[in-house]
Amino acid sequence: MSNDTATAKPEVGEVGVAERTRCGCEYRPNVDILEKVDELVVVADVPGAAADSIDVDFKEGMLSIHAPVPQPEARNDLLREYGVGDYYRTFRVSEAIDASKISAEYSDGVLTLHLPKVEAAKPRKISVGTK
Amino acid sequence: MVFRYLTPRYPVDQLRHDMNRLLNGFFATPGNESAAREGRPAVNGWDRDESLFVELEVPGVTSEQLDISVVDNELSIRLERPDVQQDGVTYHRRERPVGAFTRVLRLPVDVDADQVSANLRDGILTIELPKAESARPRKIEVAKAT
Repeated sequence: MSNDTATAKPEVGEVGVAERTRCGCEYRPNVDILEKVDELVVVADVPGAAADSIDVDFKEGMLSIHAPVPQPEARNDLLREYGVGDYYRTFRVSEAIDASKISAEYSDGVLTLHLPKVEAAKPRKISVGTK
Repeated sequence: MVFRYLTPRYPVDQLRHDMNRLLNGFFATPGNESAAREGRPAVNGWDRDESLFVELEVPGVTSEQLDISVVDNELSIRLERPDVQQDGVTYHRRERPVGAFTRVLRLPVDVDADQVSANLRDGILTIELPKAESARPRKIEVAKAT
């Protein structure tokens, strides 16, 4: 006898943003966004983040950058002009971008994302022939 | 580096941060992010045992573009972030500051200028300034009366 009577558990939808287990604030990194002929380049300042902990995610047309920065140990502050915390920022990416070819590199606190355009969106020169 | 904004992904954190900042300002914690608003590079500084430490966020800056010096009781830091403007490129957003920035800090105690060291890692510049002999904490032994 098959187990037809049992109803399948409804699939749990995607849970939103995971709850965080530590406090501290998140900062929005400064970015430059520049467009070249065949790609968009996003340059983000995320000082203090280690290369292997940076998380770049593309989902449903949204590109998100999450760069965790460890909190400093308790210390005797003399001057405190900036806060230390994770960086987080999201961008909506148009369909003219080939999501499968997005690449990222990181050096000296600067994260650079390359977003190549899809073939159809690249400018094309059409030559006019004469008969 | 110079201007930073909070991401309101977690509204509760935002509120907590705002409250902390309000209270910190009220209770006169040194510094209140004013330098960041004025376009000077923001600095954090602390005191640990025998040294003073100064930290700056300098993403994209290499050690050749940094100039650090200690004269008397003043630490001066000069850094340069070159403009990476390229031809044939359209900018949709330009938030990252470029140009030369200088910051001079008056140190609260004498330091040993010869022993100052600086370290650059992942866009964070950390300067360690060992205190001069006269400014170091000294443990005083209490002699037992005989």
